[in-house]
Amino acid sequence: MPITTEDTLRWLKQLAQALHENRDYLTQLDSPIGDADHGINMDRGFKAVTEKLPAMASMDIGSILKTVGTTLVSTVGGASGPLYGTAFLRAGMATSGKLELYEADFVGMLEAALEGIKARGKAQPGEKTMVDALTPALAAAKEAEAQNLGLSQMLRRASDAAEVGMKATIPLLATKGRASYLGERSIGHQDPGATSSWLLLKTLADSCG
Amino acid sequence: MTVGLVIVSHSARLAEGVAELAGQMAQGKVAIAVAGGTAEGTLGTSVEKILSALQQVDGPEGILVLLDLGSAVMATEMAVEAFAQDQRHHVIISPAPLVEGAVIAAVEASIGNSLQQVAEAAASAHTLPKGRNRDR
Repeated sequence: MPITTEDTLRWLKQLAQALHENRDYLTQLDSPIGDADHGINMDRGFKAVTEKLPAMASMDIGSILKTVGTTLVSTVGGASGPLYGTAFLRAGMATSGKLELYEADFVGMLEAALEGIKARGKAQPGEKTMVDALTPALAAAKEAEAQNLGLSQMLRRASDAAEVGMKATIPLLATKGRASYLGERSIGHQDPGATSSWLLLKTLADSCG
Repeated sequence: MTVGLVIVSHSARLAEGVAELAGQMAQGKVAIAVAGGTAEGTLGTSVEKILSALQQVDGPEGILVLLDLGSAVMATEMAVEAFAQDQRHHVIISPAPLVEGAVIAAVEASIGNSLQQVAEAAASAHTLPKGRNRDR
């Protein structure tokens, strides 16, 4: 079963809800190593996305994702605005005109999003960022594609790999973003950006898997 | 026309204050625009505010952007990309410390130096003598 435009809209709604529920948690994670605004920023951005959902009902998946991207860029305010904004814009370009997404489409979309984040943030794996959740997720999706596991399994494995990657940010030393100003004091904390990236993939697996 | 300056900060008050300091040095000869805080007035950066500031000081001599921290860089890059779609005038994002960089840039721009010269002078701002480091 492919991901349809209805699935995409349902996912965005669930994601907005999950970000709202985890608003304080994300902000707590951001408080020792950042500027304590990640939960607030993500909630604000996806609240704005939710308001645009009715207008997105007639769009193809690429246009939906691009609309999410521009909305996040103009509403989030912190680093996650340009980063997730770029990710959704790139994902939208990769799925331009599509009404259904199959395994290869999802891999291409995730790859485009990750490349966008890496380019925008000039980030590489191991720097305690969202890249550390999304890189293993992409690898897991590619592996699932090679093994012909089907889309539902692919989404679940990507989400599980992102969770492992997210937890693996705890012992890392931050060299990007506000956390890098803390130097070694950033060690021992889970990265909030990696956490929201996992939530993004988890809600996708939950709502479309 | 001189090089235009854009001051980007997470804080609207910080951006205003830096523009005030730089403006004093430029004596009204340099167009300086600010983009501070988010659209809601909270701490943060706004791609739209930065884009609008770029449009305010746009001119043939180009624009130097000075900024504070972290996401200001990414938000500015996105604004510059959007700006470059319909404007030909050159924009440089300065790596300079905000206050010193803005003051030097204002002086350099006010005497009619080119964007390249203004950008280079601002980029050297961290070498300005300050307190105990003055003998270095």
